[in-house]
Amino acid sequence: MTFLEIVEGPLWTLASSVFLIGAAWRIFGIIRLGRKKDISIPRASALLGAIKGQFLHFVPHGGFSFRTRYHLIAGYMFHLGLFGLLIYAAPHVLFLKENVVGFEWVALPRWGFILTAEIAFTGLILLWIRRISDPVMIQLSDADDHIGSWLTFLTMLTGCMALQESHDSLRAVHMLFVDIWLIYMPFSRLMHSVTFMFSRGYTGAFFGRRGVVP
Amino acid sequence: MSVDKAIEVLKSNIDASAASYLDACVHCGQCAQACHFYENTGDVRYTPAYKMDLMRRVYKRHKAPLSGIKRAIGLVPDELTMDDLKEWEDLLYDSCTLCGRCTIVCPMGIDIAGMVRKSREGLVAAGVVPEDLISAAKRAIEFGSPLKITPDVLRKVCAKQEEEIGIPIPIDQEGADYLVILSAMEVLQFYEVIGAIAKIFRQAGVSWTISTDGYEATNIGIQMGDKDIARTLVGRIVGAAEKLKVKYVISPECGHAYSALKWEGPNLMGRAYDFEIIHMLELLDQLQAEGRIKLKGKDDRRLTFHDPCQIVRRGGVVEEPRRLMNMVSSNFVEMDNHGTANICCGGGGGVSSNSRAETLRLKAFASKKKQLDAVQPDALVTACANCRNVLEEAIDDYEMDMPVLGLTELVAEYLDETR
Repeated sequence: MTFLEIVEGPLWTLASSVFLIGAAWRIFGIIRLGRKKDISIPRASALLGAIKGQFLHFVPHGGFSFRTRYHLIAGYMFHLGLFGLLIYAAPHVLFLKENVVGFEWVALPRWGFILTAEIAFTGLILLWIRRISDPVMIQLSDADDHIGSWLTFLTMLTGCMALQESHDSLRAVHMLFVDIWLIYMPFSRLMHSVTFMFSRGYTGAFFGRRGVVP
Repeated sequence: MSVDKAIEVLKSNIDASAASYLDACVHCGQCAQACHFYENTGDVRYTPAYKMDLMRRVYKRHKAPLSGIKRAIGLVPDELTMDDLKEWEDLLYDSCTLCGRCTIVCPMGIDIAGMVRKSREGLVAAGVVPEDLISAAKRAIEFGSPLKITPDVLRKVCAKQEEEIGIPIPIDQEGADYLVILSAMEVLQFYEVIGAIAKIFRQAGVSWTISTDGYEATNIGIQMGDKDIARTLVGRIVGAAEKLKVKYVISPECGHAYSALKWEGPNLMGRAYDFEIIHMLELLDQLQAEGRIKLKGKDDRRLTFHDPCQIVRRGGVVEEPRRLMNMVSSNFVEMDNHGTANICCGGGGGVSSNSRAETLRLKAFASKKKQLDAVQPDALVTACANCRNVLEEAIDDYEMDMPVLGLTELVAEYLDETR
């Protein structure tokens, strides 16, 4: 079995299993803690508050300046770029068709891929520079934050290197990083990609009852 | 008192919402910009997300999903020590007013103020609490009020107000519709509010009373994070309301009192009340809408309104004070970021009762000053006696010339008394 066959075969199966089971366990682990029933008389709907909370925090409000604008712009560049690549990069469309969903969709043209990758890289690098240079972020950050950033960076970088698909070894290296990323994700803060919905939802519901969602 | 008790309390305070907050925080630090303590000192320890660190460490070590695997290979944070608790004491008590402004900028929508409250409960279990708050709690339990406002003092203040305005102030009247409670700061410093209430209620035909069994709205237990004390103090009001068989208890111009009584009270007591809680601003707005109070003239000074965090951002009473302001003012201007985005006075959440935090509190006021400087009001109106006192002190300290008014008193001032 070649290295490529290992990373696309048994290691991929292992990684995606760890990812799915681990992520499901993390989500179940949060939900199982439950919350005490709030018996105060609500002024408005908790459910509507939870829904409003999901959307409200996509854009910070309250008239903040540099710190917020920097994170808002860099954060959206990275996340939108990453999702663009993940879903619309031609090799991903093919891989997902063959290994996950069974159908394909329109992929990005080569120039679109390059542009999207540049946006994503710029966003990620800007966020990481901020993490190592801003005193507040230095104080808050731990190893997990840095590992998550670097693992995502290397996964994206090896993906760009493998774009031509001229060498199996480049594709194999990319797949190796994808597998590592998938195994790391449920144990790490990368899970914020799921837990943000719970966080916004709980706060929205809590305050929604009070008739205000801050 | 021990660190073990603190850890147990922190563990028990980690429910699904707390877990989701601790899992979702990506350490972006945007909350720092919303915090007047960080903004005016530049001290990174005051970053709101950092104040959740005791909870984070307990969660990661003991309760997080997959923490067992991580613990087995030594990848969890160290167990908390008494030194950790002492190190976080000033972060949790001196540099957080529980104002919750950090939530509005958080991309994850984390209720950091709520997490600070839960963390304070851990410190209470370990006895790591500012001395001033402990003393205030003792006075509240022993004398009925953190500022030693005993029933006798209350009666004297009410009698003096009766004499001044010539309207009877009903005390301990069974069967009244509304029970008025007051914060210690109102009785001590802003007692004219009692006369203002009497004037407004006489015109509106509101049946009301004050109780000598449960009159103190200030709940030091809520501020320090002691649920037992909080329950005892809420219980006094609930007991008084039920004894007098009132239909409503009016939460006064006091920020955290509203939260304590309306939102946390039933949960502390473990049961719903037999009466309703209504905030003074909600009631005044309602009386105005029903045409039961009539005003004459308006204040033509340039007035602005300071939103008490626990009534507005965390309480949901947002539009009522604005409608009332427009009723009494012909020149009402809003500050930038008013309403749910407003900046705290700097003294909420027990900070104003904590004398060692005074210098920091006054530094934090610089954010509020910036907001005020931008609109240059002739006077500042608010609806919380604690905010009012803190604002007055800070305005004096910054050598600004600006009176601070209570909204209920302002409404009373413009009542059409010929009606």
